[in-house]
Amino acid sequence: MSVTDKPVTDKAVTHKPVTDQVENQAVANSSTGQTAVPSTAVAEYALGLGDDALILAQQLGQWISRAPELEEDVALANIALDLLGHARQLLSYAGRAWDKSEDDLAYFRDEPEFRSVHLVEQPNGDFAHTIVRQLIFSSYQFELYSELVKSTDPMIQAIAAKAVKEVDYHRDHAVQWTLRLGIGTDQSHARMATALIDLWPYVDELFHDHAVTKDGKLKSELSGIAVVPSTLRARFDSRTAEVLERAELTAPATFIARGGGRRGVHSEYLGPLLAEMQVLARQHPGASW
Amino acid sequence: MAKAENSKFENRATEAAGHETWPLWEVFIRSARGLSHVHAGSLHAPDATMAVRNARDLYTRRMEGVSVWVVPSAEVTASDPDAKGAYFESAQGKEYRHASYYTKSEGVKHL
Repeated sequence: MSVTDKPVTDKAVTHKPVTDQVENQAVANSSTGQTAVPSTAVAEYALGLGDDALILAQQLGQWISRAPELEEDVALANIALDLLGHARQLLSYAGRAWDKSEDDLAYFRDEPEFRSVHLVEQPNGDFAHTIVRQLIFSSYQFELYSELVKSTDPMIQAIAAKAVKEVDYHRDHAVQWTLRLGIGTDQSHARMATALIDLWPYVDELFHDHAVTKDGKLKSELSGIAVVPSTLRARFDSRTAEVLERAELTAPATFIARGGGRRGVHSEYLGPLLAEMQVLARQHPGASW
Repeated sequence: MAKAENSKFENRATEAAGHETWPLWEVFIRSARGLSHVHAGSLHAPDATMAVRNARDLYTRRMEGVSVWVVPSAEVTASDPDAKGAYFESAQGKEYRHASYYTKSEGVKHL
């Protein structure tokens, strides 16, 4: 999504589906009240999840007008909009801890301040790369949000409850395409196999615990609120293995990328992506349309 | 394309001018229980399963439906648009088909 498609103010969001607005309102009006302020630890946790969604939304938006068919433009754009919706809620919530708005956090942080994982920064590549990235990320996110609906933080709980239904669809979209490309033609199979080799190294970082744990346990400030990512790994592995097997593909035994996104250490791809996403808001502060 | 022949998915794509295009599907949506499915539009998809998913994205994003049907456009047999007259004007000029010449009984008020 180019920066011009991005709302700068709440009022500018007229292209969002009506139901999303209604549900966003429901989240905003949930028992937490509009003004619940998260602790710094909870805000940082929400920021990491929000940044993942924001960066992936920006990436998927780039497919608009470039997907194999118009219908796929729309499907990827819908997924991007869902993710943007999650990002807005998570960043708005996190921002309250530092008296910042969602826009302050999205447009006026620099690369080292972003907390997104490396997987979502990886280039769209060909359609197979995008589908493999979607398969990995939506499978992880589905397991994560399925647990976060039990969070004791009412805002995290409400956001997860809304998001998990959408992520279930994102996963289904990726699974359907993985099956078709995996057993489609020799070329589609080969491209999927290449994409798996390129992207599987970034799986490990999704399940790194150190951002939320201390001495091997969930930080006390996050107790009952957050999920220890490594506890999601087994279900992620079995579900993805099942899909890949049906698609006649395998998860490659490969090296593991260094990670570090949650500490603000990013790959070479995030900088240019942020430059495009942020340029308009920075050159024309307060711009609205 | 060697694998495609053994594919578990029915691939309806056809070659057209060197570019493989997805076939067209007609989408029918039922907006509420008790109503019938109504034609919403058409879309491209490689197979029926993907057509239902695309229909969801294209036609039901605002909770319009409780049920979606997709039908291959090629399977729809339609009346000939040029023969519209013969098909649809049958009632005109055939007043004998309408019960409009009966005299109304005096005692009947709300006919």
